[in-house]
Amino acid sequence: MDIDRKNARSGRADELYDVAVIGGGVVGCAVLRELSRYGLRLLLLERESDLAEGATKGNSGVIHAGFNVPPGTLKARANIAGLDLVYPLAHDLGVPHRKTGKLVVAFDDGERRRLEELMAQGVRNGTPDLAIIDEAEIRRLEPEARGRWALYSPHSGIISPYELTIALAECAHQNGARVVLEAGVTAVDVLPSGGFRLLTPRGAFLSRWVINSAGLFSDEVASLAGIDSYRVHPWRGEYLVTDKEAASALRTPVYPVPPRDDSFLGVHITPTLEGNILLGPSSEYVPDKRDAASTRPVMDRLKTEAFGLVPALRRFPFIHAYSGLRPKLTGPNGGPKLADFVIEESPLRPRWISLLGIESPGLTAAPAIARMVADMIGAKEDLIARPDFNPERPPVPHFAHLADAERARLAASDPHWGEMICRCEHVTRAEVLAALRNPFGARSLDAIKRRTRCGMGRCQGGFCTPRLVDLLEDEGVPVDRITKRGGASVLFQGRIKP
Amino acid sequence: MSARRPLPPERHDVVVIGGGPAGLAAAIGARRAGASRVLVLERDRRPGGILNQCVHDGFGLFLYRETISGPEYAERLTEDADRAGVRFQTGAMVLDLAADRTLCVNSRSGYSLLRADAVILAMGCRERTREMIGIPGTRPAGVFTAGSAQNLVNLQNIRIGASAVILGSGDIGLIMARRLTFEGTRVRGVFEVLPWPSGLERNVRQCLLDFGIPLELSSTVIEVRGRDRVSSVVVAKVDASLHPIPGTEHEVPCDALLLSVGLIPENELSKRAGIELSPLTGGALVDETLMTSVPGIFSCGNVLHIHDVADWASFEGLAAGKAAAEFAAGRAPSTSGEKVRLTPGSNVHYCLPQAVRLGTSGFELSFRVTAPVRDAWVEVRGCASGKPHFRKKFPRLVPSELQKITVDPPAAEDMEVSCHD
Repeated sequence: MDIDRKNARSGRADELYDVAVIGGGVVGCAVLRELSRYGLRLLLLERESDLAEGATKGNSGVIHAGFNVPPGTLKARANIAGLDLVYPLAHDLGVPHRKTGKLVVAFDDGERRRLEELMAQGVRNGTPDLAIIDEAEIRRLEPEARGRWALYSPHSGIISPYELTIALAECAHQNGARVVLEAGVTAVDVLPSGGFRLLTPRGAFLSRWVINSAGLFSDEVASLAGIDSYRVHPWRGEYLVTDKEAASALRTPVYPVPPRDDSFLGVHITPTLEGNILLGPSSEYVPDKRDAASTRPVMDRLKTEAFGLVPALRRFPFIHAYSGLRPKLTGPNGGPKLADFVIEESPLRPRWISLLGIESPGLTAAPAIARMVADMIGAKEDLIARPDFNPERPPVPHFAHLADAERARLAASDPHWGEMICRCEHVTRAEVLAALRNPFGARSLDAIKRRTRCGMGRCQGGFCTPRLVDLLEDEGVPVDRITKRGGASVLFQGRIKP
Repeated sequence: MSARRPLPPERHDVVVIGGGPAGLAAAIGARRAGASRVLVLERDRRPGGILNQCVHDGFGLFLYRETISGPEYAERLTEDADRAGVRFQTGAMVLDLAADRTLCVNSRSGYSLLRADAVILAMGCRERTREMIGIPGTRPAGVFTAGSAQNLVNLQNIRIGASAVILGSGDIGLIMARRLTFEGTRVRGVFEVLPWPSGLERNVRQCLLDFGIPLELSSTVIEVRGRDRVSSVVVAKVDASLHPIPGTEHEVPCDALLLSVGLIPENELSKRAGIELSPLTGGALVDETLMTSVPGIFSCGNVLHIHDVADWASFEGLAAGKAAAEFAAGRAPSTSGEKVRLTPGSNVHYCLPQAVRLGTSGFELSFRVTAPVRDAWVEVRGCASGKPHFRKKFPRLVPSELQKITVDPPAAEDMEVSCHD
């Protein structure tokens, strides 16, 4: 990455790529990894200092089985196809995931009828093995969940959205794709040849194809290429995160009955693989695409609504609050509340593929969307499969998950495995060093956190921050350049005394 | 712990988890009481714990009869422990503790299992965070807990901001208000949600009043603003039930927010070992020997309950060390002996120990009041008989000050500790 950055700055001639993906969220990275099967020169441009910094990091990490989306839509097609692809993909990439099943719980007859509608919709879409279960069966599956009936979807699951995204990019990188961070596209020139010249703070890049996967900003990127037909509305979702103590309270995501004709799934409760439980997200249009604030009324409402579904959650402390912004094609003022994914080659700009409005179930759909993009390119030119494509990414060992014998072996082989940097999540120096030295060189505290879980525990970075400062300095990051999440999120003003 | 174990566990008489003011003293106490193999496991690179970042004066008045800085106090205590024949392992974090007193330890010299005849918990505490108290707003850089900021400023020589607001008047927040002022960061004010300061009065005087730093009581931060870096916070007055009062909001520009909003005894290991905890202290339930509900595991210092003065944590450590050594030597009072319970009554936030063996020759009682009070009687009264067993008059009691009194041998009934005008 550092070499890439140097080249981009050195003012040498623009580099030529076959395909440039704009946006390093889960969709962009899935496209990059899918295309890396072929003999293509690939580039991904991400505006932020790390991957998964946009809508992806606000995803609740649920693998959807496809009953929430209207039949006949691209959403339904991509969701069902993605469901088949995402589990083997996570396995190949060594990304922790679990097929948990999912419950949508109903409390009265009206809600029960909605469950039947959802089930019928799922059956039409092709969701496998849906069943409506009664209260006794709910309690058997999930003793702490409430509800008189539930729609049970056994093939739904959970995965970490940012771990999946990073793994996709690492796999693509390993297969020759280039990823450039802090490279937001500021201008697009459409060349007489039909190719595109993308201008970024990291230099200019030429590409024959462009995949606009810029999420919240995909309308603005489209405009740069003269495509003005879209507008993306930021739709904020707030979350609360419980302490890991809550792990025993819930293993299955629990959802309320969602409103009709709306893509909002309701405030739900999602266990994570690490044992924390997520409450949320809420839904609210906000004017600013970067306004990821938490608000008092919503924080209170998340608890009220979630405690109605799983009252046992009252017993546990909350260790974090955050919010994400979803890219929505429908606006706040009237009109339909549902819009389909846009996955199309622009009629105006051949070889410019737009991926817009990829909200829920975008994470599950991502591998299928990636396949659709490859097919769209493949329809126009021959894609030559690379014989040396490696679909796997070496798994990243996490000390906290290892058995005693393996811990002892690692700590004996390298003392960095013996030095604890994070007390809450039991992260060692070896894991932080691996994150700092990975192909994309995590440099912000949030980037380190997403790769190692340092700072994700109950002390929220109180213990590890001074240790990470030391480590970052050892890796050559001056203290006044250490950031929370890149850009202007500078943590310190430097040394007090020289 | 998994079934596959790397090596047969190394055996010790007494293992102390944590080398701060309580843990070091506990190890000394254990050695003085005759334990031969006493090991302190400290996760930092050197012993001393949080003392190392407390560069201010005010430590040691009770233990060493003079006031010294935190690092000096740590050095003296470490020297004393060294002289007493205590063994140290630094850079060693205990990752698991079982009720059979087996410990999993990771350090740069390897991952190992230890077995101890007695274990002393002295892990200290951690700070409450923004997220735990749920302050709404953006999530920019520039929000620090006061203790983290103290570490960064004092140990790493880092400037954390140009102007700061401090939420909470805990002692670390007060100390940091002064420290930041010394180092050229403008402290815009300290805001405390309660109608009285949470920290010691001497700290309010010496750290705020002497420097003209405003302390606003019954006030809190209701929003953090700023996209990448803190740009301001919104503060508001609160009502008697601590809810913000609409119309009292005002914005305070700053680029850093420090939180001194409480400390939480760090009992994750205790939970792993199945030790019963008190919801009032956040620490273990202990008897008069500071033994927890798991035989042979003792607790002292901030992991047991939050102390106001490091010296008291050390005294508690000495007592726990002595009791642990006796247990390890098989000289402990019978754990099946009959105990009476001690519970907090009117205007007592908590009292400790929570249980006392019948037949002990008097014991030390620690407590904190819930609200400030003047000319008050503290009473230990039988729950069944209503009979007062012990009574002491105090000119003034405040929640920020931990009180320790020596109480007469217990009567054969459960007792309640209360505080009255």
